[in-house]
Amino acid sequence: MMNIKKLILLFSIFLCSGYWAMAQNVQAIKYSALEKMLRQSKDTVLIINFWATWCKPCVEELPYFEKISKKYAGKNVKVVLINLDMVKDLNTKVKPFVAKNNIRSSSIYLLDEPDYNSWIDQVSADWSGSLPFTLIVPSGKNARKTFEEPLTESQLEKEIQPFIN
Amino acid sequence: MAAALLIVLSSFLLPADGYKVGDKVMIFNLKNVDNKMVALGHDATAKGYIVVITCNTCPVAQAYEQRIIDLNKTYAPKGYPVIAINANDSNRSPGDSFSEMQNRAKSSKYQFPYLLDQTQEVAKTYGARSTPTAYVVKREGNDYILAYHGAIDNNSNDASSASVHYVSQAINALLANKPVEITTAKAIGCGIKWKM
Repeated sequence: MMNIKKLILLFSIFLCSGYWAMAQNVQAIKYSALEKMLRQSKDTVLIINFWATWCKPCVEELPYFEKISKKYAGKNVKVVLINLDMVKDLNTKVKPFVAKNNIRSSSIYLLDEPDYNSWIDQVSADWSGSLPFTLIVPSGKNARKTFEEPLTESQLEKEIQPFIN
Repeated sequence: MAAALLIVLSSFLLPADGYKVGDKVMIFNLKNVDNKMVALGHDATAKGYIVVITCNTCPVAQAYEQRIIDLNKTYAPKGYPVIAINANDSNRSPGDSFSEMQNRAKSSKYQFPYLLDQTQEVAKTYGARSTPTAYVVKREGNDYILAYHGAIDNNSNDASSASVHYVSQAINALLANKPVEITTAKAIGCGIKWKM
């Protein structure tokens, strides 16, 4: 009896460690790092999605971003997921969430800037701070597009089509 | 062309921009958790109000719940009581139904009205897009003039770490007959669950 329990325990540890090995690391960043990312889009379409694990509509649309990221992996498209959970929840909530949902194609960062008013307008003056929020930064001189609402997969696809090489 | 398209698109996606500071705000009359109607201006002795568009379910609104209770405790005696309003569509967010609002007001012992914006007209007219969003309005005769709107303070995670208390500072300025220095501030919040 004891042995079976031990075996199950060992097996679950094995499974968990496998999860962790596959899961990507989520780094906490400051706004300056995000600003840099926003500027680097000479030939790449950047799709930046702001989300939190506690935001239900955000969680619902995440798979679409992940799909787009996978689908256009060889193209000039980059998906960046900016998480807005508290930094103290990085290891306990955000990383397990990312592992459990198997998010691997998109880059994920936790933006550790709780003084929201200091940076929201810099991301976009059109953004109230409401989640979810998506910013499409096309390559070249095309105007940015902002979406302060959940997007469907087909909407997202449609919005980025014009910018894909 | 692209810009024009974007403007057309945005007008579909987002509610109107809402009030600017100095605007006369709409006098609402909504159902409170005790089933009685409460209007902006219901308290004849008030110098103004702290109107907070909030809800039960949003974690950010929950993080601010105690701070909203405290704002009422501090400022109701000074003439600026809180009126809380929930505008979320209960079909999309069942935890924000009228009966859940009643439960919340009871369990958290709200000493202020908690009103249901069933048609979402108030949230739209005021220009709220996420919860919680605060509006500090000052009475001038029979009108209420917007003095501040936006975040409650600058740290939603932790009240004790907040270094700028936007709502308190606005009311303190109004009480001292001084101009409000910061008239609007943004914050991360939960998008209001608009009716589909």
